[in-house]
Amino acid sequence: YFYVFIFKKIFWLKTKQPRERRWEATEVKEAATVDAAADIQGTSAPETVVPSSVPQPKDDFQEELVIRPLHSGDIYASFQFRTLWDTDFMRENKVSHYRLFPKSLGQVISKFSVRELHISFTQGYWRTMQWGQPFIPSPPGAELWVWFQDSVTDVDATWKELTNVLSGIFCASLNFIDSTNTVQPSASFKPLGLGNVTDHSFLRYATLPREIVCTENLTPWKKLLPCGSKAGLAVLLKSEKLFHSSFHSQAVHIRSVCQDWQCKTTSWELRQTLNSVFDLHNSGQTKREWSLFKMFSRTLTEACPLASSSKLYIDITDNPQGEQFELSPATSLLSQAVVLGDRRTFSVYDLTQETTFGTVRSLNLLIRWKSNEGEMLRPLLHAERYVAGYGLQTGEIHTLMYNNHPYRSFPVLLLDSVPWYLRLYIHTLSVTSKGKDNKPSYIHYEPSKDRVKPHLLEMLIQLPPNSVTEVTVQFERALLKWTEYPPDPNHGFYVGSSVISSLVPSTVAMHTNSTRERPLFSSFFPCKEESSYFVRIYTEPLLVNLPTPDFSMPYNVICLTCTVVAVGYGSLYNLLTRSFQIEEPNPGLAKRIANVIRRMRGVPPL
Amino acid sequence: MAITEVERRRGQLAALSIAAVVIIVGVPLWWRTTETYRAWLPVSQIKDLAKLQLHLSADVEVVFARGTVTPEQQKKVPLTQTQDEEHTVDGDLLMQFMILRSQNMKPARSFDSQTFFPEDTTLRYRYETKYRTATIMEEDALKKPTAAEADLSLHMLSESPCGSLVVYVIPESSSLLPEDVNVYIGQRRTALVRISAQMRVGKTLEQLLAQLEPQIKQVLQVMSFSHTDITVALSDRVRFRPGNKESIADSMRAFKSSPGYEITFSLLNPDPKSHQLHWDIEGAVQTYIQPLLTKLSPLANFSMDSQTLYYTMLGVTPRFDSSFEAYTLNADSLAHVINPVEARLGSNAASSNPVLNFLLYVPDIRHSPLYIHDHRKQEVPSNAFHSPRWGGIMVYNVNGFYGSETEFPVHVNINMAKVMGVFLAQLRLLLGVQSLSPPPGFLVAPCGSTGLADWELDRLMWSRSVENIATATTTITSLAQLLDQIGNIVINDNIAQQVSSAVTSLQLAMAELEVGNLGFALQYSKEAILASEKAFFDPSLLHLLYFPDDQKFAIYIPLFLPMCVPILLSMLKIVSEARQRRREKQAKKE
Repeated sequence: YFYVFIFKKIFWLKTKQPRERRWEATEVKEAATVDAAADIQGTSAPETVVPSSVPQPKDDFQEELVIRPLHSGDIYASFQFRTLWDTDFMRENKVSHYRLFPKSLGQVISKFSVRELHISFTQGYWRTMQWGQPFIPSPPGAELWVWFQDSVTDVDATWKELTNVLSGIFCASLNFIDSTNTVQPSASFKPLGLGNVTDHSFLRYATLPREIVCTENLTPWKKLLPCGSKAGLAVLLKSEKLFHSSFHSQAVHIRSVCQDWQCKTTSWELRQTLNSVFDLHNSGQTKREWSLFKMFSRTLTEACPLASSSKLYIDITDNPQGEQFELSPATSLLSQAVVLGDRRTFSVYDLTQETTFGTVRSLNLLIRWKSNEGEMLRPLLHAERYVAGYGLQTGEIHTLMYNNHPYRSFPVLLLDSVPWYLRLYIHTLSVTSKGKDNKPSYIHYEPSKDRVKPHLLEMLIQLPPNSVTEVTVQFERALLKWTEYPPDPNHGFYVGSSVISSLVPSTVAMHTNSTRERPLFSSFFPCKEESSYFVRIYTEPLLVNLPTPDFSMPYNVICLTCTVVAVGYGSLYNLLTRSFQIEEPNPGLAKRIANVIRRMRGVPPL
Repeated sequence: MAITEVERRRGQLAALSIAAVVIIVGVPLWWRTTETYRAWLPVSQIKDLAKLQLHLSADVEVVFARGTVTPEQQKKVPLTQTQDEEHTVDGDLLMQFMILRSQNMKPARSFDSQTFFPEDTTLRYRYETKYRTATIMEEDALKKPTAAEADLSLHMLSESPCGSLVVYVIPESSSLLPEDVNVYIGQRRTALVRISAQMRVGKTLEQLLAQLEPQIKQVLQVMSFSHTDITVALSDRVRFRPGNKESIADSMRAFKSSPGYEITFSLLNPDPKSHQLHWDIEGAVQTYIQPLLTKLSPLANFSMDSQTLYYTMLGVTPRFDSSFEAYTLNADSLAHVINPVEARLGSNAASSNPVLNFLLYVPDIRHSPLYIHDHRKQEVPSNAFHSPRWGGIMVYNVNGFYGSETEFPVHVNINMAKVMGVFLAQLRLLLGVQSLSPPPGFLVAPCGSTGLADWELDRLMWSRSVENIATATTTITSLAQLLDQIGNIVINDNIAQQVSSAVTSLQLAMAELEVGNLGFALQYSKEAILASEKAFFDPSLLHLLYFPDDQKFAIYIPLFLPMCVPILLSMLKIVSEARQRRREKQAKKE
């Protein structure tokens, strides 16, 4: 890193020429430019107040916030901002003009020929069993998956460059994504937008489970919003409160979507999402009471003027008569949406209406719990993972998948990407459910290559109803070269989350029409059939200890071997160069004593 | 005794052979295994580049129209004259003029007497002037009613190559030029010079040419490279004495030469609740900016984009000035104005070319109207400012739309002709297209739809080629110096290749400049700059840069000390014994 620093320093010195910014008034030579320009246009259009027939802008911005009180007393807040733009990034040599869509992302799309891009930064782990399913799932750390256009010739080089650019845009260490943590899943990550691509050689998927998410990632993320954090729902995004929560996840999803149900025209969709779970105990409150001001230390005063819709949803499904919690100010506006296989009821606050803000011109929503009874529906699918075994040589990864549906079995796709330094013994792979062997109907396995690529294991497994399916595989820990260890190697090495994607049977009919006007939170995953809905679940990341050397060892080894060599060499040298001569044998002790006595007596010695 | 002597000899031989093995096998092995790889670099050629000798030559054709030369004068044309000027630019911008002239088809006299300035930049300008009389078609063209038409039809007749000039000498009687104008500079690479009657009567051709020369020289100064341009372009190599601030200001305003530029137009709308702005940037760019950039495409690649930024506040709150009934911004505070905006502008994610920013700021309703005042507290008519090597900002007031019962937000359609006029002028300045004021008696044709005359492009190309060459040589020589000074740096083959290709391109570029092929010279100089930058910024140069000696010794000493001390000791012993024996022998002999 030191070298990189030096390099940057030199670069900085070379590029930043000493200059003071001088400002000069621009003198416009009327004759030279304006007239010449006017000549071309004939008559210059005068500035006008545009009448009502304003040309329909080709882009559209929506914002929404969903608040779901959780049974544990925590609060789940999910922001979604969507920019739709009817444009074509792939046209050659196009001058691009941005209005609501952020320029930096547009340039990334057109330069790297991106078909679809999903990036998420998450701090904390989503506890499915306590909190239910999130609207948009994400693994701890950073996750990036990108579908490239099929015009890209060198996908790996483009991917490398793209990760570097994205790490600059989001101030994250995405530049640590290289071939050792990138995989090409064959089935788990299908494009969420348009285009029925099957050639997964244009897909790249990588996670950085160690990535820490903080303010420096939030600021560039907020900058992508048209209103920034100056107006609309984004004023609530204050980092000092957001990062004081038990779960925080921010994401950017770019894809192309249909504009109408016939899909005659397509447009690009940029979805910025931010999910947060505020912990009751963490905030040190005694009363079970939440308000916008308590959560975000801000209240809402206006919608973003650029947004075509700006709404606040409160999930009141579990509270139809107001027996569990109380909402103030109350709203009469109710909305129903089918989300994650469940029909939910929401109170809606429309921020574009003046009446929402009342007389105080500010909306501070208050949720006051009355009782903490009530049972949460158990999620139909959830999963967990751990490492078993002892010692530093071998171990075993266990992945448990729970199907809580009482009578339906359904298939799940399990994706595991394991770094090369855990050498999987794939022959020990076993899948058991209810004590019986469960043979996966599809296995895609790519073995790792040391220092080049990770293991990739994808399986399609049928989960029997009301069961636990256990996938185990043994591994051996590799010894790294001493320069390959990260700082603080005794902390352990992270292994990214397993990804479980599934079509879970739904209790209510899902909406298959993707273009119908729906709240943003229910329209992220496209739905193909009414009887099931798509769920993606991430397990915990693993922390594995590798045999770690003593890092002063190399120098010790050098010194020790040198000493051994020097001793061996010294005695050999001594033997070779010493001149030998025959020495009189030493007289015995008795003889010497006798000689001493004889000398004292003056007799010649023996 | 004999046995011990044999033993002693054997021991000596053993010590000697071990020392021999160490020296013959060990030392080279150690040397080879710890050597840093350094590929071969063309050092001598780089050293040659260090003292830059630039030869610029331009072809000038002087065409005499009918009635400007007498028949006896006409007999001597066509003729070619070469004119050389030599300048030395050293650190203090001392100029040494040596104008030498060689006449009549002879090759230019070689400069044996020239003083040698080591480490300095020598500039030699050569104008190859060809004199000839006009052809019939050219005569016809010169009979056109206006100068502009004549210019166009002359251009149709023959297209002069990049960097060359044609000067038509027309008689006094010609009606092409207005009364008080003696020289007309066209949109292309032609100029018309009027010659007065008394200048030519009863003189030899030499005298006529001598009389014509100052005028032609002036034309050349305007239309082709001038010494000030070239020295400004060399500012990377030559440090200026802080005396002539004005020329530095001019040179600082223009962007450094670069293979590409990103032009970003940003509409800043700090108050989207009150203003809904519509700007037809797509159409405006096509109409106003694109023709200029198409014309400039040989110089660099340009890419354009635009964005709209909302809620972008200026860093300074404008003051209300009751005498103007308006809010004002002072020129002094403009530097602070732009800082918070710049954070929102964003750099280009997809390229590393310099960005030219053009901001159109529509002040919010509480600070409207807003006017910029210059240093003399005068209102700036264009309401626009520009910053050297950064871009420009224009304030666009929309307070005219506020009526008494206006409903907010106001929909405003921005007058792009007004905006683009300002931006175009700023763009020309920032790209280094100087709009110099012509000498008296000159008439410069207004640049047409492209916004740039051919000769302006030529001027730009001259100075850009020189600038590129200067920058590339500085980069290459400083890289060579660095590599020479720090032995730890690994020089990989690809770096050596980049350096060689940079050197080759530089040599080619200089050769092309010498011949007068401006287009090729620019092309090669661009290649040179790319290759030299690539070599200079290659990260592999830094891999072993930091390798301190104390660590090296810490690793070497445990091995080398115990191995070398016995060898050295026994060597010393052998030497002293041999010396003693020789002394004994000598003692015996005596």
